[in-house]
Amino acid sequence: MQPAKTVLNIDSLFTEFNTIDGTARAVNDVTFDVKRGEILGIVGESGSGKSVTALSIMRLIRPPGSIRRGRIEFFGRDLMGLSGDEMKDVRGNRISMIFQEPMTSLHPLFTIGLQISEMYIKHMGLSKKEAWEHAIEMLEKVQIPSPEKRVKDYPHQMSGGMRQRVMIAMALSCNPELLIADEPTTALDVTIQAQVIDLMWQLEKEYSTAIMMITHDLGVIAEIAQRVIVMYAGEIVEEAEVNQLFEQPKHPYTRALLEAIPKLGRRTRMGRKPLQEIKGIVPGLYNLPAGCNFYPRCPEARPDCRLSDISLIDLGIRGRVRCPYYQGAKA
Amino acid sequence: MISYVLRRLIQFVPTIFGVTLIVFFLLNVLPGNAAMMAGGKNRIPPAAQKLMIKKWGLDQPVYARYFKYIKGLCTADLGTSFISGERVTDVLAPRLWPTFKLAVIALAIACVTGIPLGFYSALRQGTAMDTVTMIGAVSGVSMPQFWLGLLLMYFFSVYLKILPTVGYGNGDPKFIILPAITLGVGYMALLARTTRAAVVETLSQDYIRTARSKGISDLLINRRHVLRNTLTIILTSAGLQFGSLLGGTVVVETLFSWPGLGTMMVNSIYYRDTPITQGCVMIIIVGFLVINLLVDLSYALIDPRIKYQ
Repeated sequence: MQPAKTVLNIDSLFTEFNTIDGTARAVNDVTFDVKRGEILGIVGESGSGKSVTALSIMRLIRPPGSIRRGRIEFFGRDLMGLSGDEMKDVRGNRISMIFQEPMTSLHPLFTIGLQISEMYIKHMGLSKKEAWEHAIEMLEKVQIPSPEKRVKDYPHQMSGGMRQRVMIAMALSCNPELLIADEPTTALDVTIQAQVIDLMWQLEKEYSTAIMMITHDLGVIAEIAQRVIVMYAGEIVEEAEVNQLFEQPKHPYTRALLEAIPKLGRRTRMGRKPLQEIKGIVPGLYNLPAGCNFYPRCPEARPDCRLSDISLIDLGIRGRVRCPYYQGAKA
Repeated sequence: MISYVLRRLIQFVPTIFGVTLIVFFLLNVLPGNAAMMAGGKNRIPPAAQKLMIKKWGLDQPVYARYFKYIKGLCTADLGTSFISGERVTDVLAPRLWPTFKLAVIALAIACVTGIPLGFYSALRQGTAMDTVTMIGAVSGVSMPQFWLGLLLMYFFSVYLKILPTVGYGNGDPKFIILPAITLGVGYMALLARTTRAAVVETLSQDYIRTARSKGISDLLINRRHVLRNTLTIILTSAGLQFGSLLGGTVVVETLFSWPGLGTMMVNSIYYRDTPITQGCVMIIIVGFLVINLLVDLSYALIDPRIKYQ
């Protein structure tokens, strides 16, 4: 792995939330990198630390949360060392983000044209008029019909899918090197999801932007990601190439996730069978179990799993896994 | 838009009738009448009182008087003052401007101080500054106006001797400062609290996070993205509470001998000069209704999602 090819390198990131209930370790010693032109998928249930990781990279963690430790290297430069103003030049310009809720992520009282224009005015120093022209172009790129008319629309005049396209247009307006997409399709209808995924895939090809695709939807991951990181309770539990992950999942949690996906056609072949749910719930971040965090829910748990913390095992090209018994995998 | 305004104006009519009904009957419940009070300290002989009562129609039953009053109202006739014999409109007209001026300046003071204070407090949420501001705001809301007015008068007029105590001073701007502050403080405190709550809520919105993710400056985020959204909330509460500001003019004007509607109203109640009292209430009600209509209309300017038809 050559450093020039690495866009983002996160090293031992700890992000915590201090509340009256105690300290929640939302992101616990997370290390990974994103390479140029790559689509990296990050998967996990709600509360696994995916979104907090993303917001940490943007340095948008608000109190009571804070980044405790760790390096966030963007092209070799540690973002943690930047001043507030320097960080503002990175945000939106070189790293931009798409959020989950297209309904609430756009300001309801401003036209989408103005909201996209702000990017050009801030990062490229364009005049309002030039920025507006660029905003129209950008809307055209994300395939919004009659963009010169729609640019004057307010978010409430658009459908969810359209708004998410506007978000994508805004995020890509300054041609960022890294795009963080936090559940970009979760709030959309399935057919619209496919359109948005296709669009992102095309734009990734066109702009060679690296994309961090955060989702709980393994279908989306299978569709576009090249490499996948699985997170559980603030930790990375597995990292692998996408094909490997689906064919030979190593961590019991990954396997459980894959088994929980409903499969088309299974019922007609084998009759109605209950889906393989993962028993139990995600542990509260305030009182994580001793040893393996997944121990209480793990179907393959052994007594010694709870004795000491499990470290992430590096398997070279086969990725990484946080389970000492991954070889005993049934798959 | 125009049809909306017309509809709202038509809705004023039942509101005004409702209010006149309540006020008319409440005044009727008051013990005594204008004839008993007309002489001030000198008691008017009972025979003369009887004559006056007859002349003013106070011997008629209350519903008959009410219908007569309403009939007059339909022709924009607010009646005649018992005491002076002048038409109510003529008595109240010169009083309108001082009250209007006082209310507007108090409102301006409240807006230019209350909204920034609330905003500032919200941005520094949880700090000592925030706590101090909000304690100040609570004190401002709870401080009775007659007490605050007296304190201000004592400090600025008696102790520092830089401002006049009471009176109108023929429109000299120096005379309006203390009454306007006294009237505005409660409103300011209220605006500060409303603004703070609105800003705190807006700051947690997803679209503010989006704005931050765009790298635009905090100043622009606050001034454009946050302020715009909080304006609707501030306007709503400001409009609704404008009535209490108008009500406050009664106390403040009396305290500062301000020749406005408030003092007129208090005096007219004292003399049981009910046509005048009703006239004052009527003007205040219409003022309140108009302000709230303007507030509702201005929503459409701020929020594109609101369309009036």
